Amino acid sequence: MKLLVCLSGLLLSFNCLAVPALNLSEVAPGVYMHQSNEHWPDRHNHGDIANIGFIVGAQCVAVIDSGGSPQQGMALRHAIQQITSTPICYVINTHVHPDHIYGNLAFKTAGVKFVGHHKLARAMASRAPHYLSRADEVLNIKVNQDHIIPPDIEVKDSLNLDLGNRIIRLTAHPAAHTDNDLSVFDQTTQTLWLADLLFLEHIPVIDGSLKGWLTELDKLEKQQYRLVIPGHGKPVSHWPLGMQAEKQYLSQLAQDIRSYIKNGKTLEQAVSSIGINNPNQWQLAEQFHRKNITIAFAELEWED
Amino acid sequence: MKTFSFILSVLLSLSSNVFAEGDDITWNSTLKTQFFNGKSIEESNDTIDLEVPYRAEDPAIVPIKVTSKLAQSKEHYIKKIWLFVDKNPFPFVGEFEFFPESGKADLAMRVRVNTYSNIRAIAETNDGKFSMSKKFVKASGGCSAPIGANLDEAMSRLGKVKFRLDEGVTAGQASLAQLMISHPNLTGMQMDQITRFVRKSHFIDQLKVSFNDKPVLKAKIDIAISADPNFRFYFVPDRPGELKAEFSDLSCESPVSRDVCKNVGHYSQTYTVNP
Repeated sequence: MKLLVCLSGLLLSFNCLAVPALNLSEVAPGVYMHQSNEHWPDRHNHGDIANIGFIVGAQCVAVIDSGGSPQQGMALRHAIQQITSTPICYVINTHVHPDHIYGNLAFKTAGVKFVGHHKLARAMASRAPHYLSRADEVLNIKVNQDHIIPPDIEVKDSLNLDLGNRIIRLTAHPAAHTDNDLSVFDQTTQTLWLADLLFLEHIPVIDGSLKGWLTELDKLEKQQYRLVIPGHGKPVSHWPLGMQAEKQYLSQLAQDIRSYIKNGKTLEQAVSSIGINNPNQWQLAEQFHRKNITIAFAELEWED
Repeated sequence: MKTFSFILSVLLSLSSNVFAEGDDITWNSTLKTQFFNGKSIEESNDTIDLEVPYRAEDPAIVPIKVTSKLAQSKEHYIKKIWLFVDKNPFPFVGEFEFFPESGKADLAMRVRVNTYSNIRAIAETNDGKFSMSKKFVKASGGCSAPIGANLDEAMSRLGKVKFRLDEGVTAGQASLAQLMISHPNLTGMQMDQITRFVRKSHFIDQLKVSFNDKPVLKAKIDIAISADPNFRFYFVPDRPGELKAEFSDLSCESPVSRDVCKNVGHYSQTYTVNP
């Protein structure tokens, strides 16, 4: 019977043996990260584009983002089981985007709590149907509502989770990259897992509020961290130096758009004319820059 | 066999064209009859030309623009322009009435596009002729895209109005005006952040712009208009006076039916113009 379940599982979702463990590195003691080599989700990488990982305490493992596909979620789970026998207690989703949540189902077992921003469930409910309808075509993966798992624990402002001799502090941010961004600070190693509040290499993507994002960056800039993990790109050991490229891009964008609005220019003119100061610094500018202008223009034209 | 494979390849190329450039199925099966019963409509860009981005950057904010090819005069003018996004759950975007006093029947706005679709603009001139300009747009998810990051903020400034005019408005000349209305224009397909239930549609349904009490633009609009509706149009300031926007909003039980709706409010705002 077990074999049968295993076989049918294998056919349906490579559930049993076929998924190799995910490639991870220990970026700080007890902090493991999988860094993706690619940024653009497609049918070959199946959405494996985000940095995902976990933190190990004496009693508990906290997973931070489950990956861009059910398979990646399983590969992450296998990797965790190879590295530690400590049980997984929490799956933290840093925000709603599919590259961070599509692996959730691999962790759904008794004893595992899902954790997210207090607006994550709403964002999942309103966006999942659209994301799911595109997954087969865009990512060549099979996902359905079962893979969209809203948080059991919602973070309103901040929350400490005790992993056993290890406290991690979760902060729910006001609208910035999205309206449901959650960051994770590991006190033991002074590591901040900032997820998509920080982009390196991959051009920052605004899906929440440009003004809000700049405000969060101003606050984060004043803090000190030994290591900061972005949602996309390499971990940053020089803070706040590592956030300057993103800050420059976003503040330049805000400045340019404000000047267009002040001079009575239209959204269309802004979208076709506002450029990037250091275009070579960013990948995927073609895919996201004009979208960023559109969203930010609609936001900033009502600010006064 | 050869013939068969020829036919097959023609069919295949036809169908791939259909997918590449959008189809007219909804237009032919429903919209044409529903809105223009029996009227003959010429497909041409000679009266009006519709501009849309081929690929929308943000499906909830797709800028579209209708440019008229004739100046508005008492003898010959565009009376009305209809806009549709064929594949939207509620394809009707709006109908816009113009007047000889409008100067120029140009119109720009931002719309929601829910899936790859043709967008079409149909103009009726005062001689009773209809002409249509259509464009294909690649976009998806515009109608169910979440309410902007901060609905509370949007609700608190609901009904706020901004006018923007080109500098150097000249008396007697058709002048471009931009009307911005703060309104979330809820589609009825978006989730509420608190209750997690879909919020009822709540959108601006009637809009009238006048200058010194003479009509400039009259519109009946719907949920395809993006949040914070934004319109650009022309008017002719013949002398100093007041540009006035009056509008009302409506809340409906279903996103795709207008049978059970209730009026919410009426709003009005004026703007002094000194040409």
